[in-house]
Amino acid sequence: MSDKKLTLKKRLHILKHRYRGKKMAPAFNAFHTFLFTPNETTHSGSHVRAVDDLKRTMNTVIMALIPVLLFSFFNTGYQHYAAIDAASGTPRELMLFENFLTWENFWLGFTKVLPLVIVSYGIGLLVEFIFAVIKGHEVEEGYLVTGMLVPLIVPVDTPLWMLAVSVVFGVVIGKEVFGGTGMNILNPALTIRAFLFFAYPTWMSGDKVWVHGAVERAGTADAISGETVLGYLAQNNTSEFTYSVSDMFFGFIPGSVGETSAFLILLGGLFLVFSKIASWRIMLSAVIGSLVMGLIFNGVVEAGWITETSTFYGLMSFDFWKHLIVGGLAFGIVYMATDPVTGSQTNRGKWIYGFLIGFISVMIRVFNPAYPEGVFLAILLMNVFAPTIDHYVIRGNVKRRMKRLKKAVLPVATQEEENLKVETV
Amino acid sequence: MALLSKKDANLIIDPLADNNPITIQVLGICSALAITAELKASLVMALSVIFVLGVGNVVISLIRNIIPSKIRIIVQLIVVATLVIVVDQVLKAFAYELSKTLAVFVGLIITNCIIMGRFEAFALGNGPWKSFLDGIGNALGYGVILIIVGFFRELLGSGTLFGIKVLGDPIAKTGVYAFGYENNGFMIIPPAALIVVGIIIWVQRSRNRALIEEN
Repeated sequence: MSDKKLTLKKRLHILKHRYRGKKMAPAFNAFHTFLFTPNETTHSGSHVRAVDDLKRTMNTVIMALIPVLLFSFFNTGYQHYAAIDAASGTPRELMLFENFLTWENFWLGFTKVLPLVIVSYGIGLLVEFIFAVIKGHEVEEGYLVTGMLVPLIVPVDTPLWMLAVSVVFGVVIGKEVFGGTGMNILNPALTIRAFLFFAYPTWMSGDKVWVHGAVERAGTADAISGETVLGYLAQNNTSEFTYSVSDMFFGFIPGSVGETSAFLILLGGLFLVFSKIASWRIMLSAVIGSLVMGLIFNGVVEAGWITETSTFYGLMSFDFWKHLIVGGLAFGIVYMATDPVTGSQTNRGKWIYGFLIGFISVMIRVFNPAYPEGVFLAILLMNVFAPTIDHYVIRGNVKRRMKRLKKAVLPVATQEEENLKVETV
Repeated sequence: MALLSKKDANLIIDPLADNNPITIQVLGICSALAITAELKASLVMALSVIFVLGVGNVVISLIRNIIPSKIRIIVQLIVVATLVIVVDQVLKAFAYELSKTLAVFVGLIITNCIIMGRFEAFALGNGPWKSFLDGIGNALGYGVILIIVGFFRELLGSGTLFGIKVLGDPIAKTGVYAFGYENNGFMIIPPAALIVVGIIIWVQRSRNRALIEEN
């Protein structure tokens, strides 16, 4: 049989065999398993057959992110042209088919967002491959989701080299030093976001970066505004802001690339819940947490403890439920907080973990006027505490069951007690 | 003939790498995090610690047989405090601006675990010459790490080395700044030092696997 008649699968298979046991083997195996299911099974021990391996889990999340990504193409273009119109004195009226879903918007967004995606995946997978070769283990699929999340949570004009540096930092320090996928304490995508924020704050906050073109036009006659809803609120500047609730809900507002459309994020979230990839407990409790904190702030304003002269007035008087549809809160709750590796594992732990994420997010949002978005900090903080929460939930469970056992004390209990200890700990 | 016997030489060489006070014993971390944003401050801090630990070790070693063991910690503290005040006053007299940068951290050399650690572990049981070598060795090991961390933090965080703009001028956009490079603000905040020290520890232990602690 000549080489040409071999299928791609066969050729990859041969290639894989040629490199078996060599230093570069993990890299070749990765390409092989990326395209085809390996036809090898484990040779010993017990097997659990499940249809959803890690790769499929990751792909489901990516599917849930595709609508958000597509929307971001249009919104990037729309916000750019709308800001130019607004600067020239003729603000746009949003019309979905006339001036939002246009080829012009799509093309601008496509050429701005796609490089972010390519850099994120290219650099991230390169680091993964290098570590796989050094460690001599198989390439892990962990970066597939991170690589898609990262471009969606940065401002559209983030310079590509900054993104590349941050991705290297996030993957190495956030994940590889802990032993790779599944061992990390912090969510790698958020580690990347946090690094970007602290390393290059001028590109990650302020009123310029959220709309394409606002940075390079700053100070010129063509200057345009790139302020977000939260930015206006943090400055107590509600007169200039003209976004309606439906704009905020459907996402026709400036912001990080993919965070704006609460509607599509909600759809993605429902998809993840029904495919049982993400935990509905975390999502629900995080929503409750943010509503509770929002209500407390609204109550403070109602009670008259905060007047309009306070720096916190704009954000505190913002209707509590609107916190969910502006900024990155919805995106963070659905796609970041539910990361199964860094979140809580126990059911009760998930309620506590989610609630505190929502609660702290809104708190940081209100009390840090310099940077009115706290969801990434809140999730990173709770990532750190997730194992502690789980520990106490499990200890509490053990304690309760031991107590129940003592109540139903039987003469033969001693042996059973031992068994129970083994089971529960 | 060698200047130092092999055993004596090891007193200086060991703490530089395989028994480094910061990366292996993980002592003296606080000051390593606090003052390494600039290379100059790191260097002065390293020199101060070399002086305090070198002289202090000799003094403690000389009086080791007459210190009542019940009050030895207090005696050690007095020796360190005296030496630290000498350093502090010298800095204030000859490098006032720098002493303001180092601020409280010169005073806090007193609480640097490396110093009390060497007094307790070495100077109380060895002669003055050996103690001197041990003190210099450990302080050098500390200083080397401080300077490595300071080098990376100042270069990446401020684009300067010893205050000299080696990467160009960020405001006039010369050098690498002309290509859109920007200083990394993360490197000048203390958590960055923790990560740089962590990376040094990682690199060192992956090169010499004997150093990895059993867990």
